[in-house]
Amino acid sequence: VNAITTPHVDWFAMAPALALLGVAGITLLTSVLVPERLRKPVGATVVFGGFIGSFVAAALLYAYSEEATSLISGSMSRDRWGALAQLIIAGAGALALLTSYGERQREHAGEYYALMAAAAAGMLFLAQATNLMTIFLALEWFSISLYILCAIDIDRNSRLEAGMKYLIAGSFGSAFLLFGSALVYGATGTIRLDEIGAAIAERGLAGDPLIVTGLAMILVGLAFKASLAPFHQWTPDVYQGSPTPVSGFMGAATKAVAFVLMIRVLQTAFQETAHLWTVLLGVLAVASLVIGNLAALVQKDVKRILAYSSVSHAGFMLMAVAANNALGGRAVLYYLIPYAAMSIGAFAVVAARERELGRDVTVDDFAGWGWERPILGVGMWLFMLGFAGFPLTGGFIGKFYAFSAAYEAGWIWIVIVGAVATTVSLWYYLGIVRQLFLRAPSGAGRTAVAGGSPPRDGLLQVAVLACIAVTVGSFFAVQPLIDLARDAAGALPF
Amino acid sequence: MTTAMILLPLGAALAIWLAPLDRLSVIGVALAAVVGEIALWIATMIRFDWNSNQIQFAEGVAWFEDLGAAFSIGLFQYSLWLIGMTVIVMGAAVAYAVWAGRERPRAYFGLMLFLMSATVAVFTAQDLLLFYVAWEAMLIPLYFLVGVWGGNDRAAATYKFVVYTIAGSLMMLAAIVVYGYQNETFSLNIGQTGTTSTWIFLGFAAAFAIKAPLFPFHGWLVQAYREAPPEVAAVLSGVISKTAVYGLLRIGLFNMTMPADELRTVLIAFGAAGLIYGSLMAFRQRDLRGIVAYSSLAQMGLITMGIFALDIAGIHGAVLQMVNHGLISGVLFLLAGIVERRTGSGDIAVLGGMARGRPILATVVILTGMIALAVPGSTTFAGELLILVGVFSSGWGWTVAGAIAIVLAAMYALRLISVVLHERKGAAVSDSVRDLRLPELAFIAPLVACLIALSVWPAAVASNPVFPKGADACKPMADVLRIQETDCPGEPGEAP
Repeated sequence: VNAITTPHVDWFAMAPALALLGVAGITLLTSVLVPERLRKPVGATVVFGGFIGSFVAAALLYAYSEEATSLISGSMSRDRWGALAQLIIAGAGALALLTSYGERQREHAGEYYALMAAAAAGMLFLAQATNLMTIFLALEWFSISLYILCAIDIDRNSRLEAGMKYLIAGSFGSAFLLFGSALVYGATGTIRLDEIGAAIAERGLAGDPLIVTGLAMILVGLAFKASLAPFHQWTPDVYQGSPTPVSGFMGAATKAVAFVLMIRVLQTAFQETAHLWTVLLGVLAVASLVIGNLAALVQKDVKRILAYSSVSHAGFMLMAVAANNALGGRAVLYYLIPYAAMSIGAFAVVAARERELGRDVTVDDFAGWGWERPILGVGMWLFMLGFAGFPLTGGFIGKFYAFSAAYEAGWIWIVIVGAVATTVSLWYYLGIVRQLFLRAPSGAGRTAVAGGSPPRDGLLQVAVLACIAVTVGSFFAVQPLIDLARDAAGALPF
Repeated sequence: MTTAMILLPLGAALAIWLAPLDRLSVIGVALAAVVGEIALWIATMIRFDWNSNQIQFAEGVAWFEDLGAAFSIGLFQYSLWLIGMTVIVMGAAVAYAVWAGRERPRAYFGLMLFLMSATVAVFTAQDLLLFYVAWEAMLIPLYFLVGVWGGNDRAAATYKFVVYTIAGSLMMLAAIVVYGYQNETFSLNIGQTGTTSTWIFLGFAAAFAIKAPLFPFHGWLVQAYREAPPEVAAVLSGVISKTAVYGLLRIGLFNMTMPADELRTVLIAFGAAGLIYGSLMAFRQRDLRGIVAYSSLAQMGLITMGIFALDIAGIHGAVLQMVNHGLISGVLFLLAGIVERRTGSGDIAVLGGMARGRPILATVVILTGMIALAVPGSTTFAGELLILVGVFSSGWGWTVAGAIAIVLAAMYALRLISVVLHERKGAAVSDSVRDLRLPELAFIAPLVACLIALSVWPAAVASNPVFPKGADACKPMADVLRIQETDCPGEPGEAP
């Protein structure tokens, strides 16, 4: 007798997340069953296969989800918006994994890859989540995986510090999100995003104190995850202290999922209160642009520079979110593609230098290094140009679209702030390029390493080449990518 | 054809970067690419319809639909002449670099060819976004060419150059975005007189004024020209500065006729100030490159006067003078490099008396110097005369200023000739300092030959119709430019 009617489950829609979740389980098992020296290669191979599998699944999902459908009592949605975000996250994960393999470690190789798969699975799930419960669930799911990933080398204090900081700051963010969700539920009596939107519209709750406070708290929670100023304080410390490939993965994938989710929540549930959140996000965007760029100017550690640069890029993307139009939606999705590649690529190059030196990399450590390692040097140069929004990289088109979206929304002052921020950012991006090619290597910073010359890291180079291909390719293939993003944005009620 | 002219050097650059070639093969590929590029240019010249003032060899593919951005390129007669100047001067620069034996040949020649590709793209772009992309793409190789292979003070020179240029290009980008929104396209061939906004015009003018440079935006100029390797200085002053005055003509004048008309007096005044100031400063410089650098500033001022004289003679003169100055500047900087390599110094205090026993060097220097000072019968005389005639219609005072500057030009050019060739033998000039040799002549002589050929027939460049667009665009412009409407083309141009 079927006492409880189970809802129909669309397994295909959940395939991208499930693939990685399954892989995470398998990897944990193999790290017990397989002999110790094989754990790392087996774990890496299995998880890489999982990333590729979920990338393919997400691509199929995109292809076969022209109409957005709501699944499992509105707890998640099968649509192109989520599928495109999943493509970006799965791709970023696969590349980050390639850069991880050369990392000299590690007692917990199997766990490392399993956690990476689990974190990515949580992000993929979050990209589809459409009620406050599943959103919180997925957010915690990937966050907890990342807290552990940051601190996985427990014998290193910097790692532990990073993990701890991320845990505390991240928990604050999650708490805000949860509290805000509760307030919104209290006001509307539902946790489904679409029903919240309808309730606010029908009952005229746009000015309701619960809704306003709840919305603000939800946005603060997401701002923590997207490292938007002034909720970014954890970012430089965590990016600096974590294993470098993990920093790259966080920079690319966490940011992607945070923005995708933010747009989904705002457009589906809070369209009626747009007059409030556009202003709030505009202020946050300006704060991120100003703080991110100014703070990056005075950093010496390359990972800290990249961390602050990620804060400023969050500001650029938030400009497009605050624009509250379909152009902004596709601007963010387009922006994320080259940005993810540049972020992972830049951290990969830093990781390569780090492995040569056996310590944290400062800007001076790059002196003349571009001539020694031309592929990595040219790669870093392109990623820096891309971050700075120079033509011949997708970063240029991304910024162009973000500015266009803000201009279309009439936010000219934000565009001006963005242009000035871009100018300022040239200083530290070009500073890295200048070190790479225009400076002679100094005595202490020479390539030679404490433990002999480093092993050739072919996988990392492959990842950097792939990132170069995406960074430059997205500049030329704008229309196909914009078409993808436009169809994806069509799934949301802009 | 147009696409091939952009892709050939780009492909060669990529080949040099990617394939693990040794020094000799790199040089072979680079020289072959240069020769191929010149051959392509000649082939285009032959197939070009010189009686038409429509856009020709127009090619394009869509880039992205929002705001109608496209990879859209094409040629006008004046852009074809500027491309010819570009490939010849850059070819000579590449040959000079081969002769001088630059370190890290793969990086160096790849960057040179990349720069050539980007410059040709600037001269052919018919879409503003593409123009901006090519414009910024020129900066990337220049940054490295000056910053890596430059002189002792190269870091500061590069920094100044990049900061100035990027400040200008960001203003241009802002103007491009607004232009795109106002016209709902980035195409330069929109069949009207284009935008009427003074602010958009100023955004472009700022970028061009810095890159050319025009007085008083020349803060980066002397240091960059002194610290760059001589062949890169030749390219900077000969070719890259022309992209800026080309921009003033192609975009500033033809696409923004109304604001250009409003601001013409200001622009001519800037040009005249730069002309006089540059000529005086050139006369006061104590090193070879300083003299050429400031004379370059003066010439940019003169060309700007010609463009914004808004008179058909002035525009013809400006185009001719762009080609002339590209060649002259190329020869002079390469000669300065040759002299510096022989004597170890460009300081005029230790030079002098080089004519004795070095007849070929003396001949080349005197010939180029004479053409540079616009001796009657030379192509520069034709160019400057046309500009002065053009600017006369804006007020005889401007012509007087121009004429005074030409006297000053004679002063600094003759001073240059005399301090290098004549006077007492300088401390750095020993008897072992050799005359020009065959490999050097191989890249100097073609440039000089081009100058002589142009002197014989300046009308080849100066009598071409320069209107970029169809009759729709030409007729309103005819008012401003005081030309006959019958000079306008019959049919509207086919814009891609």
